[in-house]
Amino acid sequence: MSNADTGIGASVKRREDLRFITGEGTYTDDLNQPGQTYAAFVRSPYARARIDAIDVSDALNVDGVIMILTGADMAADGLGDLPCGWMVKQKDGSDMVTAPHPPLATELVNYVGEPYALVIADSRHAARQGAEAVMTDFHELNPVVNLASAAQSEQIHAGIPDNRAYDWELGDKPATEAALAGAAHITRLDLINNRLIPNAMEPRAALGVYEKGTGDYTLYTTSQNPHLERLVLSAFVQVAPEHKLRVVAPDVGGGFGSKIFVYAEETAVIWAAAKVGRPVKWVADRSESFLADAHGRDHVTHVELGLDQSGRFVGLKVQTTANLGAYLSLFGSAVPTYLYGTLLAGQYRTPNIYVEVQGVYTNTSPVDAYRGAGRPEATYVLERVVETAARELGRDPADLRRMNMIQPGDFPYQTPVALVYDIGDYEASLDRALEAIDYQGFPARRIASKDQGKRRGIGFACYIEACGLAPSQLAIQLGAGVGLYESGEIRLNPTGNATVFTGSHSHGQGHETTFAQIVSDKLGIPFDDVEVVHGDTGRVEFGLGTYGSRSLAVGGSALMMAGDKIIAKGRRIAAHLMQASVDDVSFEDGKFLLAASNQSVTIQEVAFAAYVPTSYPEDLEPGLSEKAFYDPKNFTYPAGTHIAEVEIDEATGEVDLVALVAVDDFGEIINPMIVEGQVHGGLAQGVGQALLEHGIYDEQGQLVTGSLMDYCMPRADNLPDFIVDTTITPCTHNPLGAKGCGEAGAIGSTAAVMNAVTDALGVKDLSMPATSEKVWRILKGE
Amino acid sequence: MYPFKYHRPTSLEEAASLYNGSDDPVYLSGGMTLIPTMKQRLAAPADVIDLSGIESLTGISVKGDKLTIGAFTTHAAVMASADVRKHIPVLAYLAAQIGDAQVRNRGTIGGSVANSDPSADYPAAIVSLGTTIHCQNRSIDGTEFFKDLFETALEPGEIITSIEFSMPTRAAYRKFPNPASRYAVVGVLVADFGGSIRVGVTGAGPCACRASGMEKVLNDNLKPAAIDAVEVPDAGFNSDLHASAEYRAHLVKVMAKRAVAAMLEG
Amino acid sequence: MSTRLSRRRFIKSVIASGVAASATSGWYSAAQANRPAGTTERLISLNINGRTRRVDVLPQETLASTLRYKLGMTGTKIGCNRGECGACTVLIDDVTHYSCSMLTHSVRGRSVTTVEGLQAADGTLHPIQQAFIDELAPQCGYCTPGQIMAAVALLKDNPKPTRDEVRVGLSGNLCRCGAYDHYLSAVLRASGQST
Repeated sequence: MSNADTGIGASVKRREDLRFITGEGTYTDDLNQPGQTYAAFVRSPYARARIDAIDVSDALNVDGVIMILTGADMAADGLGDLPCGWMVKQKDGSDMVTAPHPPLATELVNYVGEPYALVIADSRHAARQGAEAVMTDFHELNPVVNLASAAQSEQIHAGIPDNRAYDWELGDKPATEAALAGAAHITRLDLINNRLIPNAMEPRAALGVYEKGTGDYTLYTTSQNPHLERLVLSAFVQVAPEHKLRVVAPDVGGGFGSKIFVYAEETAVIWAAAKVGRPVKWVADRSESFLADAHGRDHVTHVELGLDQSGRFVGLKVQTTANLGAYLSLFGSAVPTYLYGTLLAGQYRTPNIYVEVQGVYTNTSPVDAYRGAGRPEATYVLERVVETAARELGRDPADLRRMNMIQPGDFPYQTPVALVYDIGDYEASLDRALEAIDYQGFPARRIASKDQGKRRGIGFACYIEACGLAPSQLAIQLGAGVGLYESGEIRLNPTGNATVFTGSHSHGQGHETTFAQIVSDKLGIPFDDVEVVHGDTGRVEFGLGTYGSRSLAVGGSALMMAGDKIIAKGRRIAAHLMQASVDDVSFEDGKFLLAASNQSVTIQEVAFAAYVPTSYPEDLEPGLSEKAFYDPKNFTYPAGTHIAEVEIDEATGEVDLVALVAVDDFGEIINPMIVEGQVHGGLAQGVGQALLEHGIYDEQGQLVTGSLMDYCMPRADNLPDFIVDTTITPCTHNPLGAKGCGEAGAIGSTAAVMNAVTDALGVKDLSMPATSEKVWRILKGE
Repeated sequence: MYPFKYHRPTSLEEAASLYNGSDDPVYLSGGMTLIPTMKQRLAAPADVIDLSGIESLTGISVKGDKLTIGAFTTHAAVMASADVRKHIPVLAYLAAQIGDAQVRNRGTIGGSVANSDPSADYPAAIVSLGTTIHCQNRSIDGTEFFKDLFETALEPGEIITSIEFSMPTRAAYRKFPNPASRYAVVGVLVADFGGSIRVGVTGAGPCACRASGMEKVLNDNLKPAAIDAVEVPDAGFNSDLHASAEYRAHLVKVMAKRAVAAMLEG
Repeated sequence: MSTRLSRRRFIKSVIASGVAASATSGWYSAAQANRPAGTTERLISLNINGRTRRVDVLPQETLASTLRYKLGMTGTKIGCNRGECGACTVLIDDVTHYSCSMLTHSVRGRSVTTVEGLQAADGTLHPIQQAFIDELAPQCGYCTPGQIMAAVALLKDNPKPTRDEVRVGLSGNLCRCGAYDHYLSAVLRASGQST
């Protein structure tokens, strides 16, 4: 360690925070351009309708309105559809069926809030007035809203019978069915994974600028992955060629998945900027966030777990219908398949697993990745059915899990659902969590609660996740439209400080701090001398952004590789400066050393020499700037145990989460307090799903929970103090030994809380969220 | 928001005259409901008459056995008032349960009462604490004030100037909050006026009301368990995403029992 | 017509901000007013962070939009714009308010404090700000100014709150990152108590 206070493993204070706590953060809506105009979208009030006519004449007369653009205008300009970035192969080997998704609807609208025109005006107010004045003749059609009956309902998209985008499977069906047939016991469960609405605190926004003189486009937008945004906008939508389009994602106020995707709004804004010849700005209001941000989860599942006499899992069969919404969002197809079915082995040695997933279209907002993306759904299915099996068999839920866990000696472990786990110690996390919650003391606590008219329950979830989707070639074979590597670049400047470029994007994760710690540690440069640049395609060469808890394991590893290249070149320069052989020069703590003579030169001196090559190797290029693309060899597999304890008020049905323990194995940790914060956040969202949050549509496809008054997100007083701890098995295949921590909290906690609620109530299931009225109805015997 | 004219009168007379002179006026009190409503373009008044400049509308005073709160007094001021805490502590408690700190700093008792939101907290106190609603030119009995969902006995142009409360011997309020909005799914205030029990319920029906059946039972037997014998039919109760009418009816009893228990515990 | 009005806005924004014209005055433009602006004076004085700011304010403008789009004080964030999330929290006469739900005209004569006004003149951070750094409290940072303003008001009112009192005190401020735990610790730290 070059510096114990700022290097790897230190809870360095976040350098982002000074600007956030003084109000100097720069989010998209904080940016303005001279001559800027404002866009407002005209959105469908119906879940499903045909557009017969759009009359913009009144709207054009609204003072301040400059231009009104419709889907037809966009089509006339030759803009392409919003693509789905992952081609899922169906059971029969055919490609999934994708409905065209024009950024602005032309003939049909398929969900409430779908944009079909935009109004550009001198002010936000005028744009909104204009949008209200657009007169549209709709012919209403019957909407398909109910997921369970979507296949039997009217066909939403031409050429897509049964509203089915795909029928996908993974695993060995005959073997699994045979295992279940021979099982001593089968536990069956029907589960619903409730729809969630991401609601990042910063609403999505876009500011498009077009320079007529050069033909350059610049799009400032709320994105988790600006390079991917640019790629999609240039390669698929074809707004502008890639080399003429710069995408900047400045400070971004939370994403949780919802800002991965390329949406209609920023597409329209950058296109409109060229049409209007002035910058165009759009900022969503909260209603638009509710209606038009991609939602999360929304599965209906039947699961069967077979166990032998001793309690060993012999087979797991899962049948899921996943709601994809009205269109396939960028990764909407992959979330309920490759990020879901592959995780169903969990931490267990279940030898036979089979999963089939029907992805269906409905007249609701598109559904895509939301914190955890597929993995919380998989964990929910598996950990609910395992807990239920323990109850049915009268087994201790911790013991039943323990006897089925993959053991440290089993790694690398090939699961029946494609993944190969590299390392883990699942019992270590379980033991630590049992201790933290005081499992031994639970029976006494349960009795104490009973005496106060409260029912107490405890619930477990031993989860696994797969992060840092990889490797690229495999992902592409499985249908991914892009590679899944990350770029990192380190430029040592002549004065010896460093500018670091990463293709990852930070919107709450603290990369500006963590990545500086890595480079400082790697190169022995003071932490304060390392600057991290991200979120700008004009500055960072390429990148794939931040999602799937990948930034550290993939993006951080790329920086380690770039650091190795810096050191390698530095050794040659240092050898020249010390008149020694390269082989004799070693590198440690920012110094190139010649052991034999006790001579050394600092990396700063080497950097200076690289740019002012007065004495320099003849065959070496000047400069000291290196970049690397890191393509992971495998996923990383964070895992852990979450245990929840709840108390239920028997009179009202109110559920009080009294304790939540999370013991996670994220591999090596760079900044413990940042990790702790990430876990807290994930837990809050996981608890929110279990107890509070539900995106509800009525039969007409109107979003009933369209405001924060009706969609309940956790507030400070909804949550207990979390008990958070870690165990460590370093990832075996990346240079940091890191696995990723961003999503874990949201993956394990939901199942743990629901297992606790059902334990307290003594029922098999209860649909999420466990609201007080639902619980009350169970308590009174319904 | 649609454009409107903004007025900040300094007297009630000026406010009334502005009101009468407008085609489509609205009074602005705290604005916790009105401003969001206008932003969503669900209301588009021509004239917004801000009452915050009328000093006589703010303040808390005690005269004899009555406590009077000016209509423009914020929830936070009620919560913190030494007079309220001394004479009608249940009112300070109730005010502390409203929304969150920002809402309590802005929302006013008059605005809340005049709005007659079915899930607001104050109405439970208005119907049960022997109140008189004072307007510019008349006074209205608190039990006669709420008429229906967002409907009150106020005539167009009338402004609540103050609310006069009787002082119960003892009282307690219990509320089951909506987890998202923090409004009352159900709120029950039980007050003992020298042996005479009054029960005010908010959240359950279209507007706050007294629960005479409960009062009768409690007058005979002032114990939480006495509530068990009361039938609370859910006919006409609110039913929404957060609670069915049936569940609300159940919660009325639970909150009533808890309020009685709290009152007896002092 | 629009040229003339743009010029007027240009001049007024110069007056308002005391600096060169910003491009931030497009939130409302006078041209759209369907009704005459009325009797209300438009060019008003506001006391913001101890300074008097002259600014042209339409009747329907909220304090949040005046701060952000007229005065360029973008530290105050808008998350829901209807008094439900707390991102826009400012202090008015030392107590918290949702600035998105207050008409700017209604704060004339009152003292407004935003997150930009917390640092001492010499740049020293407010104890709450320093504690937020020390506890690594913010994540994405978007709700942070609102959380800070709520915390400042809370400690003015209750200098030694319990952790549960802080929980309730910050319950008007949503944080989707779920950073509550560190926020609570930061407030306790700023109050001189152990976290």
